Amino acid sequence: MKRRIPLIICFAIGILMIIQFMIPHPISREFGSTVNKWYIVLAAFALVLAIGNLIRHHGTKIRRKKTNWPYSIVTLTSMVAMSIIGFAGGVDPKSLYQTIYLNVLAPLGSTMFALLAYYMASAAYRSFRARSLEATLLLAAAFIVMIGFMPFGQYISPRLPAFAEWIMKVPNMASQRGIMFGVAFGSIATALKIILGIERSWLGGKK
Amino acid sequence: MAFLLLIFSIAPPTQVQAIDKPNDAGSAIIIEWGFSKDDEAIEKYVIFRSTLPDTMRVKIGSIIRGNNSFEDDNTDDKKQYIYIVAAVKDDATFYSMPSDIVQSSPQFFNTGRTNILVCILVFIILLVFFVQRARMGKKLFVRKIPGLDAVEEAVGRATEMGKPILYVPGLGDIDWTATIASMNILGEVAKKIARYDTPIIVANRWSVVYTVSKEVVREAFIEEGRPDRFKEDYVRYLTEAQFGFAAAVNGIMLREQPATNFFIGRFWAESLIMAETGAQTGAIQIAGSDSVLQLPFFVAACDYTLIGEELYAASAYLSHEPLLMGSLKAQDYGKLIVFVILILFTLLSFFNIDLLHLLEVQ
Repeated sequence: MKRRIPLIICFAIGILMIIQFMIPHPISREFGSTVNKWYIVLAAFALVLAIGNLIRHHGTKIRRKKTNWPYSIVTLTSMVAMSIIGFAGGVDPKSLYQTIYLNVLAPLGSTMFALLAYYMASAAYRSFRARSLEATLLLAAAFIVMIGFMPFGQYISPRLPAFAEWIMKVPNMASQRGIMFGVAFGSIATALKIILGIERSWLGGKK
Repeated sequence: MAFLLLIFSIAPPTQVQAIDKPNDAGSAIIIEWGFSKDDEAIEKYVIFRSTLPDTMRVKIGSIIRGNNSFEDDNTDDKKQYIYIVAAVKDDATFYSMPSDIVQSSPQFFNTGRTNILVCILVFIILLVFFVQRARMGKKLFVRKIPGLDAVEEAVGRATEMGKPILYVPGLGDIDWTATIASMNILGEVAKKIARYDTPIIVANRWSVVYTVSKEVVREAFIEEGRPDRFKEDYVRYLTEAQFGFAAAVNGIMLREQPATNFFIGRFWAESLIMAETGAQTGAIQIAGSDSVLQLPFFVAACDYTLIGEELYAASAYLSHEPLLMGSLKAQDYGKLIVFVILILFTLLSFFNIDLLHLLEVQ
């Protein structure tokens, strides 16, 4: 029964959502909108559980003085402080909450994003070492594309930019579309397997 | 003055037709007209509407010359309307004849999505057929997927080293199919982990994904008969912030030094930040994503990568469940049918038989 009820709910809602997709009538749209609202409510409940997990994990680290426990104090203090500031002062554009968000959290996020350039360089170094035929092809294609798209490329050969563009538009695009076809079918198959109850890994197994 | 107007007279739009917008939720009418013969000389077309029985004309919008259709998306389904289109040049307006009476209404079936319905039905038939064949004990061949064969080795390595396994189910919420596929793989990985009694860290970005992944891991431990070995701390909620999450995952990799990292699900720009940090810690890395733009990063930084559809085949491959294997066959035949249709329709288009529009989705 513990598994049958989720399976029945999954089947019923899955089929109803497929039907909803086919029917443009306002009643159908209202149903779709209601389901989405329910999702938001569920997510709110799940957020309580998730924050509980965060507090428990870091609380235990602080209590037991595990390795790097001071970081956990920073995490919990930041979370509590932001919650109090948000509840007390609101989240309007000129509020303290927004000021901290825009001047602390956003730049921190941007800094992480900026690090991507360095990670790209080290990943490129590892990938482009011509250890196999595939790696050599990758290196050659990347070299042509990079040189071709630089203004310097056309001085080497006027045909190089066009060739670089051909690599991007023909072999690269063809392989991307091949992957996308597979992904589309995989998505449909996964959705149908779950709706029809064939896939039950999310419930812990087949029984 | 009258003489001047006669000289510079502009031909009005012709054959104004107003029809209920098809495949919609009502409240919309499409107005089409024949161009004014002086289309290039005018500035714009202005659309007027009369609501019956009142015949007073109200301007509802305008469109620049060169266009001959307009959508009125503010109608009442209970009322009847008549439309007039006028060609405007300077201050002079030249009205067309009125359209027929029209009324908007909602539809009960979107005919523009019939192709999707047919696809779903064909796919369900294929799925049921191959699942039945698998149920009858028919052996189905599935090619080797190195990334999935390495799962056993990766879990074993972590066990031998006494280090945890890190599993990141992507940064997509639960409504991403890749996240759902990742949950299926997590179930199979967690079973192996329960068998070997190795610690796992499942790092989550979304609260709903956190609750689902916690249940999946817990159920896997129960399935393996070791519910007492499951720890609440195995599944963690980090943050919803994209790069905050990446920073937190990097922190886990550097501080807790997992022996194996799984990055399976939907990823965006943070993919390489996490995968490259994992590579630098010396962990075995298995990644899988349906994001075409992130796959090259994973291929560069990880030991094994599940590319596109392999992500969706993983659950069947790992569980060796015959019914799930059957569904893989259905997937392959589905692709074959689409491949044949695409080639056939493309060839027919060379003979001016255009069937490719049947594949368009509204």
